Amino acid sequence: MRYIEPHGHMVSRTTDDYQAMVLAGCAAICEPAFWAGFDRKNADGFHDYFCQLTQHEPKRAAKFGLPHYCWLCINPKESEDLALAADVLALIPEFLKEPTVLGIGEIGLNKNTRNEMKVLEQHVELAVKHRQLILVHTPHLEDKRKGTRLIMDVLRAHAGVQPGRVIIDHVEEHTVGEVLDAGFWAGITLYPESKATPVRAVDMLENYAAQRVWLNSACDWGVSDPLAVPKAAAEMRRRGHSAEAVDALLYGNPVRFLSQSPNFKDPQAVR
Amino acid sequence: MSDSNPLAKTTPRSRQQVANLHFMDARYKLLDLAAFLDRLERASGPEDHRVQGLRKALPLLLEGGPDRVARILHLWSDPTVEPAPKADTKAATGVWPGLK
Repeated sequence: MRYIEPHGHMVSRTTDDYQAMVLAGCAAICEPAFWAGFDRKNADGFHDYFCQLTQHEPKRAAKFGLPHYCWLCINPKESEDLALAADVLALIPEFLKEPTVLGIGEIGLNKNTRNEMKVLEQHVELAVKHRQLILVHTPHLEDKRKGTRLIMDVLRAHAGVQPGRVIIDHVEEHTVGEVLDAGFWAGITLYPESKATPVRAVDMLENYAAQRVWLNSACDWGVSDPLAVPKAAAEMRRRGHSAEAVDALLYGNPVRFLSQSPNFKDPQAVR
Repeated sequence: MSDSNPLAKTTPRSRQQVANLHFMDARYKLLDLAAFLDRLERASGPEDHRVQGLRKALPLLLEGGPDRVARILHLWSDPTVEPAPKADTKAATGVWPGLK
């Protein structure tokens, strides 16, 4: 089988993880900017992080034959500080010129605060101005439903946003329908403890007809599984779904969305 | 391209097939939940709001309908609609603390 990992925080993972993913059929990996697990003190920390995402990590992935792409932003967990956010947002346009940048992400909300909303609006404006795709992080656990609705309000309020160029990630059973009905793409994140398991993700795919869905592991420095996407593929096959159906979902769908960025190259087409 | 994913065209499975695939998985998870509740019985002090939320969700498991997961997630969700003035923490707990 082959698949795309459309959301993995590889700066937090080991070379063993890269090797395991390649052996499982991973053909490309996309890495959104995220919270490091601690707050960075100033924009210099983000400058170094953006250099890591655009220069160093693609080289590390290339040692395993994997194309590596990234998304840029200040994560909502660090958006409460408006001055810091302004400094980081000012850095991003220069990095958008790098050849492996796919768009702005993962932006969104964490605790659904007014400051997080302001920074989200600024990110959306930046993405529209530079014709970038948008990858949205939705809040965790009890904050997810409210945050998802607030995020969609912001996106719908901007006339320049095309829903088909936005993926709203970390959907679960109580948010996936609203996201798809609004015309956005939906990302289902597979986590061992929170978000969705591979089994629940396959249930959602069987219940919602929309094709605008991808699965990702969002593997990072916390409890997460870089092989969660191929494990979901195994669950699909166990239920009797065809290899073609699995390929369409786990390879074809990410390629279809990501190909809206001129920087993304279908790995199969360039081999 | 059709806006329909190929898994949505599933031929309906029998309940026997679903049980054959997933019963043991559900069985051990139910026993783990029972063990968690037993562990709480042996402990002391007031009940955590997350556990109160979990207990409120249990009756939903026995209700009919195909959307139990969504109903439980809705039960545990923050029902307010206005943005919060500021963040007191970065973390979520799993159950909205205001759930009564």
